[in-house]
Amino acid sequence: MPIDAEGVAKSSRVFHRDPETVKSVPIREQVLELEARGEWIAQRVPEPYAEVANKLGRAKKIPLARTWHHKSCGQCGHIPGYSTSIFWLHRKLGLDYHDPRDQTSCTAWNYYASATSNPTAQAAVALRNFAAAYESGYFPLIHCATSYGHYKEVREELIGSQKLRDQVRRIMDMMKKPMVMPEEIVHYSEWVHAVRDRIAARKVLDLSNVVATVHPACHYHKLVAEDAIYDPDIYGGQRTATVTATLKALGVQVADYSTWFDCCGFGFRHILVQRDFSRSFAVQRKIEVMKDEANPDVTVTHDTGCVTTLDQSQFAARAHQRRVGIPVLSEAQLCALAMGAHPYRVCQLHWHNTDTRKLLEKMGIDHEARWREFEADVARLKRGEIQFLGWEDADV
Amino acid sequence: MGCDTSKYAAVPLAEKLRLFEQVKADERFSHGLYGCYECGVCVAVCPSARFYDFSPRWIAQALAREDADLVYKFMNEDVWDCSQCFSCDKCPRGNSPGGLITILREVAVRNGLKSAKDALEGYGRIIYKILSTGTQVAPDMLQPNAFPDWGPHVKEISENLEWWRRALPPETLHTTETSWEVSEQTLRELYLIWYASGVMEMIKEVDEGLHMILTDVMEEKLEEAGFALDATAQD
Ligand code: SF4
Ligand code: SF4
Repeated sequence: MPIDAEGVAKSSRVFHRDPETVKSVPIREQVLELEARGEWIAQRVPEPYAEVANKLGRAKKIPLARTWHHKSCGQCGHIPGYSTSIFWLHRKLGLDYHDPRDQTSCTAWNYYASATSNPTAQAAVALRNFAAAYESGYFPLIHCATSYGHYKEVREELIGSQKLRDQVRRIMDMMKKPMVMPEEIVHYSEWVHAVRDRIAARKVLDLSNVVATVHPACHYHKLVAEDAIYDPDIYGGQRTATVTATLKALGVQVADYSTWFDCCGFGFRHILVQRDFSRSFAVQRKIEVMKDEANPDVTVTHDTGCVTTLDQSQFAARAHQRRVGIPVLSEAQLCALAMGAHPYRVCQLHWHNTDTRKLLEKMGIDHEARWREFEADVARLKRGEIQFLGWEDADV
Repeated sequence: MGCDTSKYAAVPLAEKLRLFEQVKADERFSHGLYGCYECGVCVAVCPSARFYDFSPRWIAQALAREDADLVYKFMNEDVWDCSQCFSCDKCPRGNSPGGLITILREVAVRNGLKSAKDALEGYGRIIYKILSTGTQVAPDMLQPNAFPDWGPHVKEISENLEWWRRALPPETLHTTETSWEVSEQTLRELYLIWYASGVMEMIKEVDEGLHMILTDVMEEKLEEAGFALDATAQD
């Protein structure tokens, strides 16, 4: 029997959060204070925005539209249905966004993997991207949890060090770009969280028989932890509500498992050059525990590395008769599917490793017919009838 | 193994202290370490501690006790086992053992320690990709020989790569060599950052060959863009 996540952290006591009792100065105030001192421009969250509570109970503004999409290299490169689904959701909800070409990755994957970088370089990369967003008039929405966590680290370092700010300013001056810090650093899954009721209202599939486990991304809720979204109605406010609240809004059964806090095994350098660790950890500490304790139809997460490691690690484990076989999706892909997105044209599930077909059947999606449609698209591309598959083709 | 430092007994204490001073001089160090209760919370949550002879507690303790011998040993071996997941930010003392490890690794790279060179062996093409293109991984890295343990689906992707990339609705994703289309001007600005922040010097310490290849790619573009290379030198 899966353990119902609803029952987790239920207590007769209610643990109230009171932002007044928290001693640290809110980060937003520190960002605005540095703006007042002429150190940088604090880009304001544009209207319309939603306000959600962070771990300390402080309000965090989440922009709903006019967002500058800070893409993820691992998502766009290896799980492109992840990014495509995020864009598709914006289009379907009629929320304006910008997909820039003047964006680099945060380069933090390399920073955490090889240490061939330093705080000045990392802060300059962040501020160059923020300046590009500011100049476009759109507000950064960050697709990768590592970029999100790392930019929050960078923000703390910049707030704490005049020397670092001066070093970065020198580089920004050479580029003739302004020093800009967004008022909030926002992850795409917080945007999904903020619009989850709109998504649920447009749902075309019944997901009430789907059981899902959630893997919260380390760099989302552990790195500069106070900024993550918490909600007293989800896990009694003791774990981040991001992803779980969205799944519940979709009507999915969220099941608990004991190693939810463990990382996925990605390890940055490990996934590239020492994958024996990543595979063992992902299978033994995550997938098998989920299988034994919850036996879910799918595990859902909100970051690049987590989808990659949890999904790709299951293949080799099959040869060792390990208890694997759980499809791995981002919540953006699951939301898109729930709203009727094409599993291959939009969610691009053929880039995933672990078989998703049983899950699709349970969701009432005719994957054979949809795959034939995708294959026909590819045939048209090969015949030169079309050069690319556009948004207008994605929903046909 | 463990906390045995005898392997490094021949390294003069002055050298160990010199490197430790570089760790302490890093602005992030004081915020990553406030002492250590030696409670082991960081070990309980650490994925690498489950699979390797590795402990974030040893590292935090050694740094808190200013044990230069142990710090040197960790810098030469253990730090590369860390997954950089930051689960250990749970530390009740407010430490960030993972963040301290980032600093130790950087000092190892800056000083061209053998451990850093060994850890980065086979990693050059990945550093090349991120520094020269601005995206860390790219679709064309999905090759069966690079990911044999991911099964035949990698081969299927690599064989269909061009078509499957063209079948992506977002216009920026039709690329195969980068994860998305990055403009020329953006690349030049990125190269400027690597030069002006000392990253190129770090690369030179650990991989001269890679440094040469990168220099070839970057310097011409920087000059085209009118960025004077002398002006990028660090203060
Ligand atoms: S959790 Fe913190 S205080 Fe406890 S052993 Fe680890 S570093 Fe030391
Ligand atoms: S950051 Fe490193 S030391 Fe800390 S918990 Fe993760 S693997 Fe362990």
